Amino acid sequence: MTEPDAQPAKRWDDQWEDRPAIGADEPVSITAYPNGPLLVRGTFEILTPTGEVIPPRRKTVALCRCGVSTLKPFCDGSHKAIGFKTEQEPPAPQPPLPT
Amino acid sequence: MSAGLLELLLENSPTATEADLAATLRELTAAALGETADLLQDDDLQTALFLAYELRYSGLRGVDDAWEWHPEVLALCASIEPEFEKALRERALMPELPEPGVESVAAALFELTGSDTGPSVSRYLAKKATDEQAQEFLILRSIYQLKEADPHTWAIPRLRSRAKAALVEIQADEYGGGRFDRMHSELFARTMRGVGLDATNGHYVDVVPAITLASSNMMTMFGAHRRLRGAIAGHLAALEMTSSQPNRLYGNGFRRLGYNADVTFYFDEHVEADAVHEQIAARDLAGSLATDEPELLEDVFFGAAAGLYVDGLSGTQQLDAWTAGTSALRATETSSMPA
Repeated sequence: MTEPDAQPAKRWDDQWEDRPAIGADEPVSITAYPNGPLLVRGTFEILTPTGEVIPPRRKTVALCRCGVSTLKPFCDGSHKAIGFKTEQEPPAPQPPLPT
Repeated sequence: MSAGLLELLLENSPTATEADLAATLRELTAAALGETADLLQDDDLQTALFLAYELRYSGLRGVDDAWEWHPEVLALCASIEPEFEKALRERALMPELPEPGVESVAAALFELTGSDTGPSVSRYLAKKATDEQAQEFLILRSIYQLKEADPHTWAIPRLRSRAKAALVEIQADEYGGGRFDRMHSELFARTMRGVGLDATNGHYVDVVPAITLASSNMMTMFGAHRRLRGAIAGHLAALEMTSSQPNRLYGNGFRRLGYNADVTFYFDEHVEADAVHEQIAARDLAGSLATDEPELLEDVFFGAAAGLYVDGLSGTQQLDAWTAGTSALRATETSSMPA
């Protein structure tokens, strides 16, 4: 048996230097699914135009980008019915801004 | 032969020994498999497989849990499963296989599920179904929906890498993100109770046709065999990809019949949930799996095509019965339908 370490325990995520801990500091990720919605993961809030929070029903949400969802801002799968097609992702580089 | 299985499991024969009952069951099973005209529509064989599989889920009342791994029960499954799988492989309409890749597999799955011209139970429910037909719809769905997500969960320890993470992401949502009252199976039970049905697991097994049991058995078979992990991934993808819009129509149907949000919440929840799940299932689950293990590509599409085939058949039977003014449930002497 070894003596219990006198050092305080480290939390496991302290060991990751390149990634913040899961929680408030974790960057939100938005993934564009081809011919479909934007999937949003992480800790985020979705607001109405007047600033009210739309309560999230799930951890990962899909946001409409075809414009015809009946559940906006969320996707309801309607993009398939209208044959919605997206551009190749990621988009071509933008021209540089004029200086 | 399903009666023979129950007699063995309940160990309630006053005269026969366990060995005798087991031997009789083996003979009955072999005879039933030899005689069946269509395994997918065979009430007896599908009921027997369903009962044997149920030991792996919630168990059977009055049956010792140890039977789950009893060699006789495993032998019963092992005798039915190859014939069942063969029937599904022969009859599922396989598309042309794409190259194994996330983009190509997802695109081919969206094409397969989008070109599915199956009968539309959802349109019928939205526009025409009577209250009694709507209740029958819930009874038929209850066989799977009261254990919604469970058959696909078998695949989690059988997958690795991105496909595993994708399946966990979907299943966590199916199980309400860890909240009991948000679990999809629980939401379905709430819908059943809301229209006055009994939401006890297995309550309606005796009144549903074989094809409904076959649909559930197919998922369990795909999920419980590591060899078929491609099929269970493809099955889930097809299920999710054909769900959002039908669920919107189901919800509309129950609203038309005068039911409130307590009853329709399950369907409304699925419009939003499955629009998320179908993206993850097509690309991150099925697409990644076929990329990482290209030898599973064909089974991914087999699982998807088999799911579409069986559920299409089931839907056709429901619509045929309803449009003919008859019940979509199995004719039995005592109906479990509430008076």
